[in-house]
Amino acid sequence: MSSTKYILGLFADPDEMMHGIDLLQKNSVPIYDVFTPMPIHGIEKKLGIKDSRLGFAAFMFGCLGGTTIFSMAYYMLVHDWPMNIGGKPAFAIPDFVPITFEWTVLFTAFGMTLTFFFATHLFPGRTPRVMDLRATDDRFVIAIDAKGNTPHEDITKILKEAGAVEVKHNDRKYVSYE
Amino acid sequence: MASHSESIIREPLITGKDITYAQITNDVLRPVENMPGKAWWIGFVVAVLGACLWLFSVSWTFWYGIGEWGLNKTVGWAWDITGFVWWVGIGHAGTLISAILLLFRQNWRNSINRSAEAMTIFAVICAASYIVCHMGRPWMFVYSLPLPNTYTLWVNFNSPLIWDVFAISTYFSVSLVFWYTGLLPDLATIRDRATGLRRKIYSFCSFGWTGSVKTWQRFETVCLILAGISTPLVLSVHTIVSMDFATSLEPGWHTTIFPPYFVAGAIFSGFAMVQTLLLVTRKVLGLENYITMFHIEAMNKIILLTGSIVGVAYLTEFFIAFYSGGEYEQYTFLNRFIGPYWWAGCMMYGCNVLMTQLMWFKSIRRNIPIAWVLSIVVNIGMWFERFVIIVVSLHRDFVPSSWAMFYPTWVDMSIFIGSIGLFFTMFLLFIRVLPSIAMAEVKLILKSSSEQSKKKLLAHGGLDEEQVEFYKESLVKFDSVEITDYQKA
Repeated sequence: MSSTKYILGLFADPDEMMHGIDLLQKNSVPIYDVFTPMPIHGIEKKLGIKDSRLGFAAFMFGCLGGTTIFSMAYYMLVHDWPMNIGGKPAFAIPDFVPITFEWTVLFTAFGMTLTFFFATHLFPGRTPRVMDLRATDDRFVIAIDAKGNTPHEDITKILKEAGAVEVKHNDRKYVSYE
Repeated sequence: MASHSESIIREPLITGKDITYAQITNDVLRPVENMPGKAWWIGFVVAVLGACLWLFSVSWTFWYGIGEWGLNKTVGWAWDITGFVWWVGIGHAGTLISAILLLFRQNWRNSINRSAEAMTIFAVICAASYIVCHMGRPWMFVYSLPLPNTYTLWVNFNSPLIWDVFAISTYFSVSLVFWYTGLLPDLATIRDRATGLRRKIYSFCSFGWTGSVKTWQRFETVCLILAGISTPLVLSVHTIVSMDFATSLEPGWHTTIFPPYFVAGAIFSGFAMVQTLLLVTRKVLGLENYITMFHIEAMNKIILLTGSIVGVAYLTEFFIAFYSGGEYEQYTFLNRFIGPYWWAGCMMYGCNVLMTQLMWFKSIRRNIPIAWVLSIVVNIGMWFERFVIIVVSLHRDFVPSSWAMFYPTWVDMSIFIGSIGLFFTMFLLFIRVLPSIAMAEVKLILKSSSEQSKKKLLAHGGLDEEQVEFYKESLVKFDSVEITDYQKA
């Protein structure tokens, strides 16, 4: 029984990596994850990752922000302490437009970004769970859970065939822990 | 789509031979991973001296009050609001580059957006410091927030000044979020190359970024939506700044053209500041292959466009003053040339409109020293624009017995010079500890828009001869391209 936990295919070129994903999937090798130094469009489709729903979150936060400040303005200037400014109506909707807009944007930005951080488990000081240190530099890394039934040599062969510059058999999942 | 190949007639966005993904990382991180050179230290010491001057003069203002400034009963706003509007305007280019150009899919923004966004944040910090200073008693700032207070009074949401509080604070915090989210992948790159304490610090700051598929997918969604909301935000900010003036009854201020006029002016001065900074940065940090002549020329074209829009706005103002038939309005605009501040008016119109028209000439747009000098001329002109709008409109009151002049004191001048020092201190620290180019975004266009990918297309053959000739001609202007490589073929 080998002690290999994860097999990593390191590619120097994103197109070869995409080819590698295709080959692995053709041979029914399940892919654990793919780590790239830049966003590669089309991977998420291949790996069957659903569209992000952050857009909905953003919209809801925007609605919340706009409603919050508009209600505040209504409460403060119309309900709690209406001011007589030249006899003009206290409920001056056009005047509330700029602040309503600003808080819509403010809530959208913060709400959506914090949701993104929360969903992706990003926060200051989080221990990085890095499988290969060059995945943020110049290597496009396909990670395969070695526990599957496919023999490890076959996986290595497929990766090499697709153009992997290096194939690693790692005993540890993350290399970033010392 | 990494492999998508671009038409040959488009100019390369990354020049140089043998640029690989690793090479991009090495080039961009060189200033971050090594001790800075002499040029950086000289710049930094000068900038820190400026920042100290700022600290001293601001403290002086807080201690003795704004009576230490040259303000008087007639001219109640002067260098403070001039400086505020100037700095906020400068900040606008960063958001324009990072948000609007992203929505328009302008890939050339990828190598300049990071430093431009950083510049935005530092410029807004300088602007906000003016706002706090001009309150005289800075702790009174709390009364501009909609919080319950001992007077049981609320803020007046009908006032443009309150809109401004909301606009500037939203703008600053959203820009910061946008900038920092974009920084995460690049911070992770530094982290994975570093050791020891540096690794710990960058590890803390990179939020545990790994670059997995799902992270990138969400990241791109977030960036696109942030760009989508920052675009109207940046337009709203200077619109609201202009309403501080436009909603008043002061001749020279109550003009309906102010919002678009201010926004155009803001982008104009902001691009000039980006040009001032990047022309030096690219030389000192050796980033000529990423910030190419194409980028410089493109920015100069935007300066020309926005400068001309500002010019049209100036003409419209004059026409409307004439057409209004209002004698105070007409006097205000005439007074810009025949009054005691004629020289400020000449600086404004000369620097902003006349000088930028030089950008129509290719040879000037592509000449780095001239473009650099012109970018500074624009910034001087834009400072005078705000000075003319504020001081020159105020100094002639409705009642001639109240007419006055504004003479800045040493405190006024120190705060202004000091704020420039503060800005450069922050910018120099930024290029020292953070990647000044968004590496991940530049890597994204390496396979489609770099000079070497175009070379491959040429070697592959089968292209329209006319288009190839057009491409080769367009390379002549680049100072980072070996043109001899193309002549033998």
